[in-house]
Amino acid sequence: MYALKYDEDTCLKCRTQDCLAKCQYIDIDKESAKKEILKIAHGEDSSVLHDCVTCYACEEYCSFNNHPFYLIVEKQEELDIPPLPRPIIKRGIKTGIPFRGEPTIEKINGRALLMGAFADLMHLIQGKLFEGLPVISTDPRKMFHYFCQLMYLHYARNSVIKERLPKIIKTIAEHEVTEVVCFHDECYGTYTSYCPAIGMEVPFTPVHFFEYLYNRLLELKKEIKPVKLKVAYQRPCSSRLSPDKHRFVQAIFDLIGAQTVEREYVDENALCCGGTMEGQRREGSRKRTADLRRKNIEDMKNAGAEVCVFNCPACYNTLGQMLVQSGIRPVFMSDLCRVAIGEKPEGWR
Amino acid sequence: MDSVYEALVEIVGPEHVSSQPEELFIYSWDLGTTEPHRPDYAVAPRTAEEIRKIVQLANKEKIPVVPLGGGLSLAGLAVPFKGGILLDLKRMDDIIEVNERARYALVECGVSQGKLTAYLERHHPHLTHSEPGAPPAATIAGNVVIHGQGDLAHPYGFNSDMINGLEVVTPTGEICQFGSCAIGAGWFTLHPLPDVGLFLGWTGTTGIITKVSLRLFPCKKIRGMAQFVVDDEDLVPEVFYKITHTQMVEDIMATSQAIPPFSSELHHFTINIAADSEKELEFKLEIVFDDTLGEYIHKGDGGYLGFIRGLERPQLSKTSDWRKGGGFEYVGSIMPIEQYPECYRRGKEISERHDIPYTVLARCIGTAHAMMFSWTYAFNRADPKTIEHAREALHETDDLALELGGTIWKPGLYGQRLVMEKLNPNTLELMRKIKQLLDPNGIMNPGNWEAQ
Amino acid sequence: MMALADFEYGDTIHRCFRCGYCKFPVDWTDVNNCPAYARYRMETYSCGGRLWLTRAWLSDEIDWTAHFAHIMFSCTACKNCEAKCPLSFNVDILNMITAAKGEMVERGTIPPLVKEFLENIQRHGNPYGTPKAKRGDWLDGMGLKPYQGQDYLYYVGCIGSYDTRAQEIARALGAVLDRAGVSFGVLGVEEGCDGNDVNMIGEQGLFEVLAEDNIAQFKDLGVHRIVTLSPHAYNAIKNEYPCYEGDFEVLHYTQLLQCLISDGDLDISKGFEARVTFHDPCFLGRWNGEYEASREILQAIPGVTFIELEKNRESALCCGGGGGNFYIDFLGGSPDSPSRRRVREAHETGANILAVACPSCLNMLEDAVKSEELEDKISVQDISEIVAKACGITA
Repeated sequence: MYALKYDEDTCLKCRTQDCLAKCQYIDIDKESAKKEILKIAHGEDSSVLHDCVTCYACEEYCSFNNHPFYLIVEKQEELDIPPLPRPIIKRGIKTGIPFRGEPTIEKINGRALLMGAFADLMHLIQGKLFEGLPVISTDPRKMFHYFCQLMYLHYARNSVIKERLPKIIKTIAEHEVTEVVCFHDECYGTYTSYCPAIGMEVPFTPVHFFEYLYNRLLELKKEIKPVKLKVAYQRPCSSRLSPDKHRFVQAIFDLIGAQTVEREYVDENALCCGGTMEGQRREGSRKRTADLRRKNIEDMKNAGAEVCVFNCPACYNTLGQMLVQSGIRPVFMSDLCRVAIGEKPEGWR
Repeated sequence: MDSVYEALVEIVGPEHVSSQPEELFIYSWDLGTTEPHRPDYAVAPRTAEEIRKIVQLANKEKIPVVPLGGGLSLAGLAVPFKGGILLDLKRMDDIIEVNERARYALVECGVSQGKLTAYLERHHPHLTHSEPGAPPAATIAGNVVIHGQGDLAHPYGFNSDMINGLEVVTPTGEICQFGSCAIGAGWFTLHPLPDVGLFLGWTGTTGIITKVSLRLFPCKKIRGMAQFVVDDEDLVPEVFYKITHTQMVEDIMATSQAIPPFSSELHHFTINIAADSEKELEFKLEIVFDDTLGEYIHKGDGGYLGFIRGLERPQLSKTSDWRKGGGFEYVGSIMPIEQYPECYRRGKEISERHDIPYTVLARCIGTAHAMMFSWTYAFNRADPKTIEHAREALHETDDLALELGGTIWKPGLYGQRLVMEKLNPNTLELMRKIKQLLDPNGIMNPGNWEAQ
Repeated sequence: MMALADFEYGDTIHRCFRCGYCKFPVDWTDVNNCPAYARYRMETYSCGGRLWLTRAWLSDEIDWTAHFAHIMFSCTACKNCEAKCPLSFNVDILNMITAAKGEMVERGTIPPLVKEFLENIQRHGNPYGTPKAKRGDWLDGMGLKPYQGQDYLYYVGCIGSYDTRAQEIARALGAVLDRAGVSFGVLGVEEGCDGNDVNMIGEQGLFEVLAEDNIAQFKDLGVHRIVTLSPHAYNAIKNEYPCYEGDFEVLHYTQLLQCLISDGDLDISKGFEARVTFHDPCFLGRWNGEYEASREILQAIPGVTFIELEKNRESALCCGGGGGNFYIDFLGGSPDSPSRRRVREAHETGANILAVACPSCLNMLEDAVKSEELEDKISVQDISEIVAKACGITA
């Protein structure tokens, strides 16, 4: 019923094969890249299907918006080449099952902030920045009713996304929301990139969290005191689905007087937190991920970062402890913005 | 005036003895499904000498004495089935000595797990003890007396294997010491004196332990927990076996439970790993997860879920509130690891029959010499029907544990009867003789281990 | 008579497992952080014990007795249990105990001392039964102004107004505020009881009367900002008065002094030479999350060597004075009394001053120092007095 809008001709005509040629985790030349992507498009086995770490980045690298990543994971599922071991996939799929009853639906009739599956992070949306903005998915016991499901791209289980997502969208829509500010990049990516790519209708307008924060900070501009911290940003995989909004990271830093450090693994060249890679079936995944994380954090450290800023709670969980050990403080973007307007987020000293 | 009450007041002082209905009510209850029985007196002694006097009084008056530690066995082991004097031992809570070089702690019987953990962290950060999965209010002595196991069970065995010395008040009121301490030496070994180990596993029916010397072990700078998951219960024994072969880890547990959904029908291993340096840690992770379990990962049969630094010690247990009912009880068994798949499958069936979401756990004891396998049944304290269901499920599980070739760990009265029915008759007879010899008036924790 | 089904927490109270977390401090160093359990060491006196007894009482499994009432009213409402209980209903465990006390008040089955405490407040506006006319005596010779629209109302409370020792700290704080040039006034003889401990005893009706009277008076006088001597009053005004349309900006005095010191509005250069440890008051700490103001003040004073108690902040052991126990004193009379345990802990730090920020703690701990015969080793002083000395204000 939902089919991926992928155009083989676009790949045939493509002269760069950026999707694979730029991949940080698969060493492949342009020529082979073309061959492999076409093999994938034809439903044939390809080394890429075995080696893909599911970092989402090729969605950004493809300048034709031809959805190479969605294609890869669809074919991984079709050809039964799961990137993760079976028990992790089962575990992950069960994680998103809503249980403990139905959520309470409050009619919003306007704009709302959607916490998705992060209802237990309400402490990150406190203070003036969020005044007057109603929130949906506030009950951790019911939060999987709002879980965008896109995580299952990492599991090569597009079928699960397609099966469950309509019900999630319906639940959100029942709140009668017009604009939905998505707390997590992943939800935003779901509703602005994945849904259109498979022809699933989204009856509300998603707003990127950082765009919201930026605009709100503009309104509160008078209250901003420069935070004067040297910051690095940990770009999450799902940010690759909305590269047009990535600019708000820098825009916010500029607005609140945070100094972005010069580093190698930044923007398009950003490194994955390794949250999903660590457990993958591909030989050496654990060790490779440990090396990747060290490389990422050393890069921040060498660049002089005092703070590593996050959008994604999963990245935060994966890297937080290592960062602290390296003397870099992990902070969510919203908390950093709160500091800039003189508020004291939970645990901030 | 009640002469026993007055005599108790004489021994422990008026504030530490009660025959008021409130104390008798509270001390009548176990936290599991066991029916309550009221004691006649609740007493909180401070010294072994006071206990000695209480026991002598009880012998004179022929009234039962029931010792209570943290009260967290959940199997009804300190319920005063025949009334008498309930001894709440938690006032005896001094950590008397920690010997850094001989690696032991000498503690009074009321010292809680939490207190020893906190004390070692603060004063002896490179030493640790094998902490059981019970709430921190559980006592050291209560745990060794029931043959408990803790988070060092894989390298070092049962907590009752970690005893370097004991002080015990016998049922006739003598204070005895066992181990090197008995000849006036330090509390550093239980061996090689003639073996008179008559107090462990007897659940307080042969005496009251008043002091324990417990072995401590090296505590490495980095301690953390890795997780590994499989979806086939038949793989669990070999995973246990392979991990234990590496001798690289501190604790290995496998769990499976119906709620939350992600844990249902999957088997999650938690594997504690400790290291003094990043180099040591990476070496151990590599040996365990790349070299040993890598084949499962690559084939797609097992998944590595990462390593988290820091152990939650003592553990916070929220088990009692899983169904907002305030209650749970479990059957623990000591079982060959090979039986994991059958324990899991049959346990799940019992749970389903009684409409209780299933919860099972296996902890490796020794180098896969055995496991403690537990089946947990939650109930709603406000709903007698669910308590009855849990009780039935527990009894069926006691039967199952023996059927599968295991022994029941810290059995309640029902389980004790089952064990005694199967027990070698000569052994049972010897137990009876020992009990008769030690406790001629049968005052100690009566009801427990009473051969028919 | 109320049955379990009618009890506000009737559908939750059975969820307590009596796992015993409620007895511990945050870092598990001992099982004595519930003050009543520390004193009596019987399971009945722990939070879990009280909850099980309450449930049994409301289900007619046990009858009311004077001993049961003693167990319930010995709870000081220190919130240690709530801070440690890991279960989701922990926000209500103390409320359950207070509600059970309230039911006893309702039935008229309360210990004579509790009755006396409540009657004194009802008749005289203070727990001591001293005439209301004497409430302003502490002001004699101070020259403090009555409240007439100044920036702050300095609300003293019953203990500071009547207790001889606490009057000294009420005066010390008055002098310090005066020295700092704070615009404030007092109510003197017109001041009423804040009712915090009445509320903790479960006498909801009397609390409402006290709160409404105070709110009406504050509003009549045009009060917007209040600074309190006692954390108990601070708690009532901050957290309970808004339920009766009493919305005031309220500070505990340590919060105000901390601002004055950090803004340079208070000259504390005379200093205070001492090794000082600090006892967190429950109604400032666990009840309101304010752990830093007092520490920042003490550490800013020249000459102060600050030493933390082992059990501090969320882990602080209550002095045993809450829930009216500073008056009814159900936890006194033993070396195991929480106040005596606490001063021994303070003495073990090597400090010669045990600083407090609450008149109730001051009373409880000072008495305990005497009972422990530690007078020549450690003395109890309120932060207001210490600051006064650092300002060169002499009594």
